[in-house]
Amino acid sequence: MTVDASAKPLEVDPLIDDPATRIIVCCGSGGVGKTTTAAALGVRAAERGRHVVVLTIDPARRLAQSLGIDSLDNTPRRVKGIEGDGESSAGQLHAMMLDMKRTFDEFVEAHADGERARAILDNPFYQSLSAGFAGTQEYMAMEKLGQLRARDEWDLIIVDTPPSRSALDFLDAPKRLGSFLDGKFIKLLVTPAKMGGRAGMKFLNVGMTMMTGTLGKLLGGQLLRDVQTFVSAMDTMFGGFRTRADATYRLLQAPGTAFLVVAAPERDALREAAYFVERLAEEEMPLAGLVLNRVHGSRAVQLSAERALAAAEILAPEITSENSDGGGIVDQRGGKTGVREATGASPEPPPVSHAPAHNPQHEKTPQDTVRTAHQSDDAPVTTEVVPPPADHTAEHLTAGLLRLHAERMQVLAREQRTRDRFTALHPEVAVVQVTALPGDVHDLAGLRAIGDQLAGAGESPAAP
Amino acid sequence: MVSGKGGTGKTTVAAALALALATEGKRTLLVEVEGRQGIAQLFETEALPYEERKIAVASGGGEVFALAIDAERALLDYLQMFYKLGSAGRALKKLGAIDFATTIAPGVRDVLLTGKACEAVRRRTKQGSYAYDYVIMDAPPTGRITRFLNVNDEVAGLAKFGPIYNQAQAVMRVLKSPQTAVHLVTLLEEMPVQETADGVAELRGADLPVGSVIVNMVRPHLLDEQAVNSAAGDRRTEIAKTLTTAGVSGAAKLVTPLLEQAADHAQRVSLEREQRVALNRLELPSYELPLLSEGVDLAGLYQLSKELRKQGTGT
Ligand SMILES: Nc1ncnc2c1ncn2[C@@H]1O[C@H](COP(=O)(O)OP(=O)(O)OP(=O)(O)O)[C@@H](O)[C@H]1O
Ligand SMILES: Nc1ncnc2c1ncn2[C@@H]1O[C@H](COP(=O)(O)OP(=O)(O)OP(=O)(O)O)[C@@H](O)[C@H]1O
Ligand SMILES: [Mg+2]
Ligand SMILES: [Mg+2]
Repeated sequence: MTVDASAKPLEVDPLIDDPATRIIVCCGSGGVGKTTTAAALGVRAAERGRHVVVLTIDPARRLAQSLGIDSLDNTPRRVKGIEGDGESSAGQLHAMMLDMKRTFDEFVEAHADGERARAILDNPFYQSLSAGFAGTQEYMAMEKLGQLRARDEWDLIIVDTPPSRSALDFLDAPKRLGSFLDGKFIKLLVTPAKMGGRAGMKFLNVGMTMMTGTLGKLLGGQLLRDVQTFVSAMDTMFGGFRTRADATYRLLQAPGTAFLVVAAPERDALREAAYFVERLAEEEMPLAGLVLNRVHGSRAVQLSAERALAAAEILAPEITSENSDGGGIVDQRGGKTGVREATGASPEPPPVSHAPAHNPQHEKTPQDTVRTAHQSDDAPVTTEVVPPPADHTAEHLTAGLLRLHAERMQVLAREQRTRDRFTALHPEVAVVQVTALPGDVHDLAGLRAIGDQLAGAGESPAAP
Repeated sequence: MVSGKGGTGKTTVAAALALALATEGKRTLLVEVEGRQGIAQLFETEALPYEERKIAVASGGGEVFALAIDAERALLDYLQMFYKLGSAGRALKKLGAIDFATTIAPGVRDVLLTGKACEAVRRRTKQGSYAYDYVIMDAPPTGRITRFLNVNDEVAGLAKFGPIYNQAQAVMRVLKSPQTAVHLVTLLEEMPVQETADGVAELRGADLPVGSVIVNMVRPHLLDEQAVNSAAGDRRTEIAKTLTTAGVSGAAKLVTPLLEQAADHAQRVSLEREQRVALNRLELPSYELPLLSEGVDLAGLYQLSKELRKQGTGT
């Protein structure tokens, strides 16, 4: 896919090489590749000489594997195997994974003396809060970022953001949680006596009594007491949750911070990315650019999908299934691989082979009554149906290659359209594309390959 | 209940399932709980109110109703019902009490949501038959589903009597009965499959009924590995010639890129095969839905529902 002239290319190397860059935040909607991008950037920056710590938030714990560490925890661990890139000598890479409960606990321990800290840590409300309220993870990610920055041991901090539907949660959730915990309501609830003295509070107090009464009935008196104890203990300890959230928020606006928005070339992900870009502008947070991840390319773009399909049709006419739909399974006949067809018994396209046996409406076929072969233990689940020799004639092979190519070209066209829509909305945003690797990213080499692409130095997907 | 990793197609599959059942003449209620109006978007209608609305009539005479459950409204309804709060209910809401209650005790929220759905399950018409043949919930993702459904545990720390407590008991009876099944949507990729396996283990651990696995966005396999290997070997000239015969110009330059694409494809196919094996180990009935290359619009939704019917959904 040629990068159209309208979009500025994003240059990652100048960004990570610039000593003034101290924090890079990778954000985006769920599953687009935030963690992978953060790790790949970390490896690249370290190999170009920086002292980097990557703060990842990946409950799936796959990052530890790719970095060759048994397990990542709440303390930065040194990553081995970081090599200089020839020009500059290698820096260092540390990686850690946010443990929100640990971070919260340490935070309490750091702010309160032993006995008081114990009381808070044992408070049931604190326990459910730290184990995961909406927003706790984001709040603690910000908190951790603040701590790492304060330690000043690294000259570059790369932050991954929690999996969330919306990238905006990273910015909003900490404040939301902070406001809630510091909120008027919670204060009123826990300190009605204090407020009662003031003029004009009498009326409210009547309401409060009714409310605490109702809430007490609903939630149980114990929970309310727990909340009360917790909030008053925390309150005397430090300047309030909201103040704290505001402070880290300002860190994100400080010079030296850069945001990278990661998105997949799909409608929903790019729509989210556009929201996020607009929001960053409003907040005066510097956007470095957009990483379009898992983009498809082809080195045979000169052959269009239509021509490829027409040629395939000449070589081996497609046997369309009864329910040809133009959108779904293109070629049932060619689909002779995989376990799906391992039931083997069906001469037809085999969509029914997965019907559960207990379905009364469904006409029983032999496979159904045996509860479908691939569900039983002893079925040779991985057995492949060896394609009949006919499939290996030059015509069939070539037709297969052509149909694959046509599919690829359709994907390319769709991705290009979604991308153009984004560029039309935000021509000012610099973009870099990272191709979809056929497999998952598993090791340092994989991360380096992604890093090369981030720097625009990778093999271009859509060559000439 | 339709759950699955985020973005795998829970909303889409729940809707397709509702349509498939309606096509068999059933009255179905499609419920959403996360306040995102995903159902309205999918059916291309305006935002759903907190009220059951007919959104589709199927060719088989069945109907699909939809409801977006709002936890705050549901809580107010309960308070109204049990404590006759009158306008004080609104005052509570205004002061943030409702928000407060559902935030400090997330379990309350879940009980309200599942409770409303269970009420629809049990509801009967004047004639005594069930109001709905099926209630389908576009449920929270796998990572949260067990907690969401295991409401008894969730509210264990709360009041030991009163409406929330009673509600939790009633919900649990329905959820653990054979009337309920949790279906998990996945893709043929490592992470969603892993999440599915973890989800199944968790659900089973909590004694919640697991239904089937729905593999979504399945892409066609156009070439098998063996063919790719043989092609990559000694058959390049043959392929170039065949391309030319089929009228493709510049064939010589195309062979290498075409073979590279085929190798990518073969690698994907083999990764997908591993994921299928992992799914088979779960020993659950499974369904497959194709990737619709143009995305899912209303027509696409009908197509997916047809696919489900072909595969015999009747659960
Ligand atoms: N360019 C790529 N090519 C192939 N696979 C990729 C690519 N980028 C990411 N992946 C894979 O996609 C999956 C999701 O990536 P990743 O975990 O980085 O996303 P994420 O945005 O951090 O997700 P979450 O929102 O769940 O935290 C991983 O399995 C990863 O290996
Ligand atoms: N079979 C399919 N073919 C093509 N696109 C699909 C298919 N199923 C779902 N999609 C698309 O994938 C995206 C995610 O689907 P959907 O919203 O149903 O997922 P979800 O699991 O409900 O997501 P979330 O976790 O955000 O609620 C949507 O854009 C949808 O149109
Ligand atoms: Mg991640
Ligand atoms: Mg959804």
